[in-house]
Amino acid sequence: MKIKALTLAVAATLFTTPLWAETPKSGGNLVVTYQNDVATLDPAIGYDWQNWSMIKSLFGRLMDYKPGTTELVKSLAEDYSVSADGLVYSFTLVKGVKFQNGRELVANDVKYSLERTVNPKTQSPGAGFFSSIVGYDDMTAGKSQTLSGVKVVDDQHLTITLSAPNATFLHIMAINFASVVPKEAVEQWGADFGKHPMGSGAFSLGEWKLGQKLELIKNPNYFQKGLPYVDKITFEIGQDPTVALLRLNKGEVDIAGDGVPPAQFLQFKNDPASKPLLVTGNQLQTGYVTLKTTLPPFDNLKVRQAINMAISKERIVRIINGRAVPANQPLPPAMPGYDTQYKGLPYDVEGAKKLLADAGLAKGFDTELYVMNTDPQPRIAQSIQQDLAKVGIRVQIKSLAQANVIAAGSSKDQAPMVWSGGMAWIADFPDPSNFYGPILGCSGAVDGGWNWALYCNKALDERAAKADAMARPEQQAERTEAWKKIFTDVMADAPWVPIFNEQRFTVRSKRMGGDDALYVDPVHVPVNYDYIWVK
Amino acid sequence: MLPFICRRVGYALLILLGVTFITYLLLFLLPADPARQIAGRSATPEVVSAIRAQLGLDQPFYQQYVGYLGHLLQGDLGRSYIQRTAVSELIGARLRPSLELMAAGIGFELLIGISLGMLAALKRDSFADKLLMAFSFVGVSAPQFIAAMLFLYFFAVQLGWFPLGGYGGASHLMLPALTLGLLGSGWYSRMVRSSMIDVLHQDFIRTARAKGLSRARVIFVHVLPNAIVPVIPMIGIDIGVFMGGLVVVESVFGWPGIGQLAWQSIQQVDIPVIVGVTTLSAVAIVLGNLLADLLIPLVDPRIDIKQH
Repeated sequence: MKIKALTLAVAATLFTTPLWAETPKSGGNLVVTYQNDVATLDPAIGYDWQNWSMIKSLFGRLMDYKPGTTELVKSLAEDYSVSADGLVYSFTLVKGVKFQNGRELVANDVKYSLERTVNPKTQSPGAGFFSSIVGYDDMTAGKSQTLSGVKVVDDQHLTITLSAPNATFLHIMAINFASVVPKEAVEQWGADFGKHPMGSGAFSLGEWKLGQKLELIKNPNYFQKGLPYVDKITFEIGQDPTVALLRLNKGEVDIAGDGVPPAQFLQFKNDPASKPLLVTGNQLQTGYVTLKTTLPPFDNLKVRQAINMAISKERIVRIINGRAVPANQPLPPAMPGYDTQYKGLPYDVEGAKKLLADAGLAKGFDTELYVMNTDPQPRIAQSIQQDLAKVGIRVQIKSLAQANVIAAGSSKDQAPMVWSGGMAWIADFPDPSNFYGPILGCSGAVDGGWNWALYCNKALDERAAKADAMARPEQQAERTEAWKKIFTDVMADAPWVPIFNEQRFTVRSKRMGGDDALYVDPVHVPVNYDYIWVK
Repeated sequence: MLPFICRRVGYALLILLGVTFITYLLLFLLPADPARQIAGRSATPEVVSAIRAQLGLDQPFYQQYVGYLGHLLQGDLGRSYIQRTAVSELIGARLRPSLELMAAGIGFELLIGISLGMLAALKRDSFADKLLMAFSFVGVSAPQFIAAMLFLYFFAVQLGWFPLGGYGGASHLMLPALTLGLLGSGWYSRMVRSSMIDVLHQDFIRTARAKGLSRARVIFVHVLPNAIVPVIPMIGIDIGVFMGGLVVVESVFGWPGIGQLAWQSIQQVDIPVIVGVTTLSAVAIVLGNLLADLLIPLVDPRIDIKQH
């Protein structure tokens, strides 16, 4: 498994400090540029790729990931155990962790933070992640102000009870929305906490001039000794990506946060001077075309397979300047459970024609493809349109605003085909289940849901539920295997045409040290600021 | 004087009311659902409707609009859906850079525009005139993005005279202001040229020349004050453009002005910010025009605002 080998290699360079690796140096400042304002640094609210890793660096959580990988490790939790039925998680907190205001972090803070995220008044986009905790429904319905499933034993211990076993629960404890915040700071700033964040993370917030710059200052009392390496990160906001690259060449900028603008991408990638500055990484993303399995003629498996075989994924990848790799299954390669052996349905125009003829549609048919109206999505849709025309399927492109495509996608009698670009799907945490329930499971096949194929396979749903109930650590390998099988079995029904997996590109200056994987961290998106260093 | 100002302020308020109404209505009709946007994709329909109720988005349009106006009168522009910060704070943080760029940019526009316009008028139909007018034509029609990029590349990257974008002291301000000045000066130079040619043909200029005044005195004391009158209302309009309309230049030079905020909020469908910025631009245009109307009599005493 190529990706696993890669992550292992990364882990090896990071943790066993082999002879050839440079040892990280402490100290130094760096400058990161972004075009858009940093939205909010409130961990219960921030949910975009720009503030995601800033929040990770400002706040601590019970669990975290090995830098540059998708492997879960303990963070604020010194230890944890799961009951035999998989329902009760007992956490022991690391002793002596301090918030940036000097107060010690205790179990009560964890409980408060989870309840704050779930509380409807907070308007957190991440509240739904905690729905497996006992008491969640009462709280969202306003019947209770606390989560009855979260019990504080003493300052260092707490237990969390779930309503059903959930193997992804530890991932959820590592997600930003589970960040531990001090109640007094939240109450002091109220709705402006996102502008005055206070946590226990590797950095604390320095000066923040709205629309201009934002500074993260090294937290000298960070509980992980020796981290972070850099003293100060200055985020300069409002910088055009093209100008940011010019400044990076002049040595004024260390990380161009927005990467390379699409129009310049090929030139930048092929220029020997700039090529070494570009770091390429995998994203937990898949772009796909959904085929509405309930709407004729897409209720016929042969038709769905024919469409899978008629679309040239290579050409679509070329349309976006090679910023992705062709996909053959729902899971992206960086996701545990990705099947490297699986070949998928090949690109075979003649085969597709034959399948259509078998289905009694040798003359083809008329249909519609819904697509979001911002570049490059309509161009991708045109490519699909041309491919399908070759097998006789006449596609009309409906290019609409995002909200309209999402609304049409889940309705029963509309949107026979939807291209997911610009909307779906990026995983929130590196676990295969995140790629099933909402977008392929029966629960997502509802009005307003994200399962736009309206694909509902009860047998697979059962197997998915069973896999997610395998919560004990020793079952993890078996669980990953189960998921792997589920996704390739989904493809036997061909509710989607998996098109590509987008890649991520970060540009960093020559003076930046640390493994490449840190600059395209799959979880600390986009860059793992805690572990990078200045040469 | 006072009744005139009162009447103008009255009109201005009506215009602002209209602007907020239209903006609010357009954004209300937009198919985006802010509640769903805030709630995130993991939210259940109940959570979405709870948020909708908290934001008052479940009320009919007129109630939402009246509520917005009520808050606006108290100086409350609402809170951004994306940044979850008070809109007034977001705009306030960007007001100063915008005003700085406005002052410097309009300053350069006037300096370049009026000098070139004068030169062209005095050398009418000469090669210099044609060249200058061609330059003004290129200036106003050049895509700002390309022009700004080229200036940045030559003056900041190649020559290293200016810093590469960003906000700071006068050195940061010079390049964006000069870019705007050069590009925008065309409007002024054409206006000054034609109005100066008009004035140059007037009898009083011939008289002034005939009585033996120096050429400089004729031009600066007699021609210019008369020729400059139509320029003043243009400045009033420019003020509005500089307050929220400089999306491209601000973005290339990384200038933290209102235009950038407008652009971002439109991209993210951050409705309270869009309405706030639009209202601000409208206020700026109205104020700029009012100011221009009040200034004109000072330059040309023949114009009496009491009659208007």
